Amino acid sequence: MSLIDVRDIVKIYHTGDVELRALDGVSFSVGQGEFVSIMGHSGSGKSTMMNILGCLDVPDEGEYELDGERTGRLSKDALAKIRNAKIGFVFQGFNLLPRATALENVELPLIYAGVPGKKRKERGKTALERVGLADRMGHRPSQMSGGQQQRVAIARALVGETPLILADEPTGNLDTKTSAEIMDLFVALNREGKTIILVTHEPDIAEYSARTIRFQDGRILADERRENHA
Amino acid sequence: MLETLRTAIRSLLSNKIRSALTMLGIIIGVAAVITMVAIGAGASRNIQQFISGVGSNILIIMPGAASVGGVRQQAGSGATLTTEDASALEREAYALKGVAPEIYSRTQLVYGNMNWSTLVTGSTSAIFDIREWKIADGRFYIDDEARGGAKIVVLGATVAKNLFGTEDPIGKIVRIRNVPMEVVGVLAAKGQTPWGQDQDDTAFVPFATAQRSLFRRGIANSVQRITVAAVNGDSVPEAEREINAILRQRRRLNEGEASDFDVRNMAEMLDAAAQSTKVMSLLLGAVASVSLLVGGIGIMNIMLVSVTERTREIGIRMAIGARTSDIRTQFLMEALLLSIAGGIIGIVLGMSASRLITGFLGWPTVVSTGSIVLAFGFSVFVGIFFGFYPAWKASLLNPIEALRYE
Repeated sequence: MSLIDVRDIVKIYHTGDVELRALDGVSFSVGQGEFVSIMGHSGSGKSTMMNILGCLDVPDEGEYELDGERTGRLSKDALAKIRNAKIGFVFQGFNLLPRATALENVELPLIYAGVPGKKRKERGKTALERVGLADRMGHRPSQMSGGQQQRVAIARALVGETPLILADEPTGNLDTKTSAEIMDLFVALNREGKTIILVTHEPDIAEYSARTIRFQDGRILADERRENHA
Repeated sequence: MLETLRTAIRSLLSNKIRSALTMLGIIIGVAAVITMVAIGAGASRNIQQFISGVGSNILIIMPGAASVGGVRQQAGSGATLTTEDASALEREAYALKGVAPEIYSRTQLVYGNMNWSTLVTGSTSAIFDIREWKIADGRFYIDDEARGGAKIVVLGATVAKNLFGTEDPIGKIVRIRNVPMEVVGVLAAKGQTPWGQDQDDTAFVPFATAQRSLFRRGIANSVQRITVAAVNGDSVPEAEREINAILRQRRRLNEGEASDFDVRNMAEMLDAAAQSTKVMSLLLGAVASVSLLVGGIGIMNIMLVSVTERTREIGIRMAIGARTSDIRTQFLMEALLLSIAGGIIGIVLGMSASRLITGFLGWPTVVSTGSIVLAFGFSVFVGIFFGFYPAWKASLLNPIEALRYE
């Protein structure tokens, strides 16, 4: 059974009189436990696809089904609930709250899920331990390196135990060595059963995934699987 | 909810100076409202006390103005009221419970090597009851003494203090216009009138004594005024009608002819004073409320800046599952917290300011629970009202654009 089902998605942006078809009839499925990378040049539609997959935006046409739920006609608050329950986000710019500690940042999704304080702290700690930051729980983002900040962000994506992790250029702000460490972490999480979708424009980052979907001009150019990936 | 509160506190603490300055608007507003209302309430309580001190059922009858060659002099300058008028009123008016003819003059009192100038009034003993004087020491004089012209005097508290200091004045002899008079009583202090006159700077002597020995008047039996008390507050208008009827009849005045006397209603005068105080406190309160309003606009201003600054944070929160209402509550909570904290500090400040004003300026102030509740409630209202727009604006942000915001 597939976790993600995308059928004939169209997304159109209007700038003045110009109509831009950012996505022009896209269909694909992602199964439970897959590690998929989405590639493409800027303007290829991959960011739009990412926003729709992350329930931050809704398509103009077509259907998007996530974990058995159709998201097309849902209200803003219903989408927020889906994001909270089904998707863990990892961004290029880390996007941590600067004034909160690592643990507080990781706990944030659980606050909106209504998990009581004590349980929240427990799960936050476990998530931070999983990404190897057991000794950095009280640190603020400004006191940590880029790699550590991204690990906090990954812990935040893990803590909700969501079926899907959505990573948007997660290594874009990191050096090669740290990038490799972060990608190794993703691979390990995938081995543990997490479904991961990764958006990137770097081929060597995409190499870590088992399947790559390439976008061009709002359409899928190629959908290829690697036999023996890292 | 608790979590929202904690987040709001942290966010406000992370920008202490800005939060403090924003609160300052509310603090000043609330403190101003409380202080101004306290001053107004103090003034009106002062008048209330004065009314209950002198009696609200008092009417004062003054002679009309004398006319010198067609030029009318000040009210009371004529000599048209007599002791007979007073007796007539006492006999014939049903709505009156007391009638006191008065002659008075500002005169020097001498005791030993001390002297003091005060208003000496000659009147019957009825004056004490009408003016609601209480005795502090000794006794009032009685009607027989008033008629018999006994050389005795009852002193106001201020006079007694200035002439005798710590000495007991009762039984001592003071000289008024070189007439030796025995002090038989000292009046209980009444304090100041709302317009700052010392009511205790006074002395009373029996009417006949004043008439024969102290103030020799050009026309025998003329009095400077007659003070009367109506049976109660409600009978004041009836008493006024009776006085006019009796005195006009005695003068055989026809309808349409002007009276040569003037009846003044103490209650009306005081009502007017109370009314103007009320208007004043309302005005002060209104002006102070404007500053509270300005404080509220300050909150809105800062919250709008804060929303813009934290656009990215809002985006993050939305991406990981915050609903519109979560974002709205968060910013509303911050605004509310600012105004509540400002309100509490303002209340404390306003109460201290009121105390200082009483201490240094001597103005009476009354900080009422009502004004505290009002000021606090208003500041909470200001927080919600001016916090709502920024919070609402924050909640409407598009998460994608908010996340991209630099």
